[in-house]
Amino acid sequence: MSKLKSGSNLEKVLKAGHFAFTGECGPPKGANVKYLKEKFQYLKGNVDAVNITDNQTAVVRMSSLAASRLMIDEGLEPNFQMVCRDRNRIAIMSDILGAHALGIRNMLCLSGDHQTFGNHPEAKNVHDIDSMQLISLVKMMRDEGKFLNGDDIDVAPKLFIGAACNPFADPYEYRVYRLANKIEAGADFIQTQCIFNMDKFRDFMKKVVDMGLDKKCYILAGVTPMKNAGMANFMSKNVPGMDIPDSLIKRLKGVKKKDQADEGIKFALEQIEEFKEMKGIAGVHLMAIEWEHKVPEIAKRAKVLPRPAV
Amino acid sequence: MIVADQKSLKEILEMVQNHNKILIIGCNGCVTVCNSGGLREVEILSSSIKLARKKQGSDIEIDIKVLERQCDLEYIEEISDVVNDYDAVISMACGVGPQFLSEMYKNQTFYPGLNTTFFGGATQHGVWEERCAGCGTCAIHVFDGLCPIARCAKSLMNGPCGGSSNGVCEVNKESECIWDSIVRKKMEAGKLEDLIGVKGFKDWRTARDGGVRRSVREELVKGTI
Repeated sequence: MSKLKSGSNLEKVLKAGHFAFTGECGPPKGANVKYLKEKFQYLKGNVDAVNITDNQTAVVRMSSLAASRLMIDEGLEPNFQMVCRDRNRIAIMSDILGAHALGIRNMLCLSGDHQTFGNHPEAKNVHDIDSMQLISLVKMMRDEGKFLNGDDIDVAPKLFIGAACNPFADPYEYRVYRLANKIEAGADFIQTQCIFNMDKFRDFMKKVVDMGLDKKCYILAGVTPMKNAGMANFMSKNVPGMDIPDSLIKRLKGVKKKDQADEGIKFALEQIEEFKEMKGIAGVHLMAIEWEHKVPEIAKRAKVLPRPAV
Repeated sequence: MIVADQKSLKEILEMVQNHNKILIIGCNGCVTVCNSGGLREVEILSSSIKLARKKQGSDIEIDIKVLERQCDLEYIEEISDVVNDYDAVISMACGVGPQFLSEMYKNQTFYPGLNTTFFGGATQHGVWEERCAGCGTCAIHVFDGLCPIARCAKSLMNGPCGGSSNGVCEVNKESECIWDSIVRKKMEAGKLEDLIGVKGFKDWRTARDGGVRRSVREELVKGTI
């Protein structure tokens, strides 16, 4: 096996050719470590790494850096998310060094939800650099051992670099090229936005494979189980860049209310089965939003257990 | 031009509540063009304040004047004879006006009558939109005439983000996603290669981040031209 870039479990799993399965966990709106640790237990052993979100939807929560370290203490591997909204390049580089020092080995580079969507819409945003530049910055720090100004880093941070991709945002024709740019910038793995429109995603992945992007980077398909028809309807209408076909909403509405959650999980399981076979897909990123306790059941029914020990 | 909006009458009334004789000064520059601080607006504000104060039972005396520009000392000087005849002065210029006035007339109180908003232009009658962020390092040509620094909510150099939907910005349904426009323009012109690769890190020193800015033309300072 050639040299690992970070040595993270996720990197090893992917490199060994296993179908990766990652999860997601939002830190609490407070310093409630007990609550966070309870959520961790649903994910432990069921996923290869867990995304720790960074003040997602611009709502203030415990820092993703701190929560990532708490996760390591509980024996799970975090995928530390960092957004460009709240930090300039000085803070970003500082936190990257800190992340490595704390034992974090995966990092997902994001622009960040705009603060007007959050609970402090009066806030000033930063956006000194964007997600594309962030990817290249982490790569530069890791591979060249340099800060952005060219100065040497004393012990370079070794991180497995992740990036996001939303094939359902516009303009669609450009999305595959933007993905290519992220890979060119240095992304080792990609986690896509929640996929619901399978027809469109199949078309997107064909373009990805035709361009050979899947050979340069591991692509994990984003899956979010719908809790009920109301959630599907809400997301369809209110979340920009979210493509939810009417057929899915109809399918959820077609069963009794008490059975809608299971129908949502069934749809997610069908997706996972297809992703296992889909050309260019290296794994699934399961975003069970505030539904972490369902992860053990979903992982079991998706037949992705036990997770590989590498 | 510099675009500005009028402050609410309520806010202005609160500013001048303890004054009985004021001067309102308009500006013939940008704020006249964007209909917020020209003669017409000054007259309307004057009438509105007088009316409101009359209702409150505390009449106020108001004079009005419009200067050619409030960002130029030679025009600011025009009120030197009368400026101290008033309890206070409302400047209906961009944020430069009340400051130039305050700097020249240190014993007078100047209130801003406008909220200065952005550098932009009228896209239709009665609608102004932002076009420039004054970042000090113009690269509009790189983006085919569309500036993402000013016009993308996240100032992305490598957009569009995942919130771009049907050509509209997720932050404000009234705003176009400028990255959608940039990408479409490039693709239609067969210039996709311009969008391949990472656009480099921006040097913000020329923007406000580098501290208060100053522009010096040596030849003018020395009087050689």
